[in-house]
Amino acid sequence: MHPQSHSAKRLITGFILALALTLIPFAIVWTMAFPVELTFGIIALCALVQVGVHLHYFLGIDSRTPIENVLAICFAGVLIFLMVGGTLWIMFDLYERMM
Amino acid sequence: MSTYSPKTTGSPGPTEETLDIRDLGFWLYLMTDAIIFSLLFATYVVMFQNTATGPLPIDVFDIKHVFAETMFLLFSSVTFGFASLASVREHKSQAVFWLIVTIVLGLGFISLEVIEFVGMIESGAGPQTSGFLTAFFTLVGTHGAHVSLGMIGIMVMIFQILIKGLTSPVKSRLHRLGMFWHFLDIVWIGIFSIVYMPGWLI
Repeated sequence: MHPQSHSAKRLITGFILALALTLIPFAIVWTMAFPVELTFGIIALCALVQVGVHLHYFLGIDSRTPIENVLAICFAGVLIFLMVGGTLWIMFDLYERMM
Repeated sequence: MSTYSPKTTGSPGPTEETLDIRDLGFWLYLMTDAIIFSLLFATYVVMFQNTATGPLPIDVFDIKHVFAETMFLLFSSVTFGFASLASVREHKSQAVFWLIVTIVLGLGFISLEVIEFVGMIESGAGPQTSGFLTAFFTLVGTHGAHVSLGMIGIMVMIFQILIKGLTSPVKSRLHRLGMFWHFLDIVWIGIFSIVYMPGWLI
């Protein structure tokens, strides 16, 4: 528990960023202002940035986070990449071959 | 092996180091939960075109409803942050106040989700209708079950703060529950970006 990770300023900053990154994709999906491919790109970008915002401003991940926690998140990232990536690769390959 | 010292009378409770280890342990649990959720996401992405004779995603997803759910969860994440802040600053009544606000927002979220699920099931879009709906209910339902458990945790923490006060084990538990609550909001970002939004677009 780092005292610096618990400040009202940090919370409010995180909240404003998260709110903006939520409103942008909802607005463009609601108005259908852009072509579908571009809309998907913006949704994906906003989601990734917002995950980062939540990790930093709400969960307090920064350069002072213990190395064990960072290693755990990296290891989970590798497992998720292999299992999710492998699943999608195999299943969509199968899907195409069955067409 | 470090020497084990049995608990003597008047022991001051867990040390700072023990509480840090518990934080790490809880962090490892959150990582395993992240793996479960990401595989449920993968399952959904594989299954979402398999609508059989049932409804398509666009027929059953309501953008206003999902937006309201998203706002409830985002605001509850911030109010939990204020509760953590109050506990670090030893403001007992403020911590309890913000936890109550969090639980009210959490209840708002869960009520909307239950209304959505019941509406879908009554209109014939239950989980047994198609592969798409099975994957949808499994993923979103698992998230909802986590939020419900989190709310039970918040209730327990409110009573612990009121009865035991803001002792260091209580603050440490509140910190871990906060990690859990913020983690669930991160999963929700995935749900509205991967499940609902593509459903409206395709």
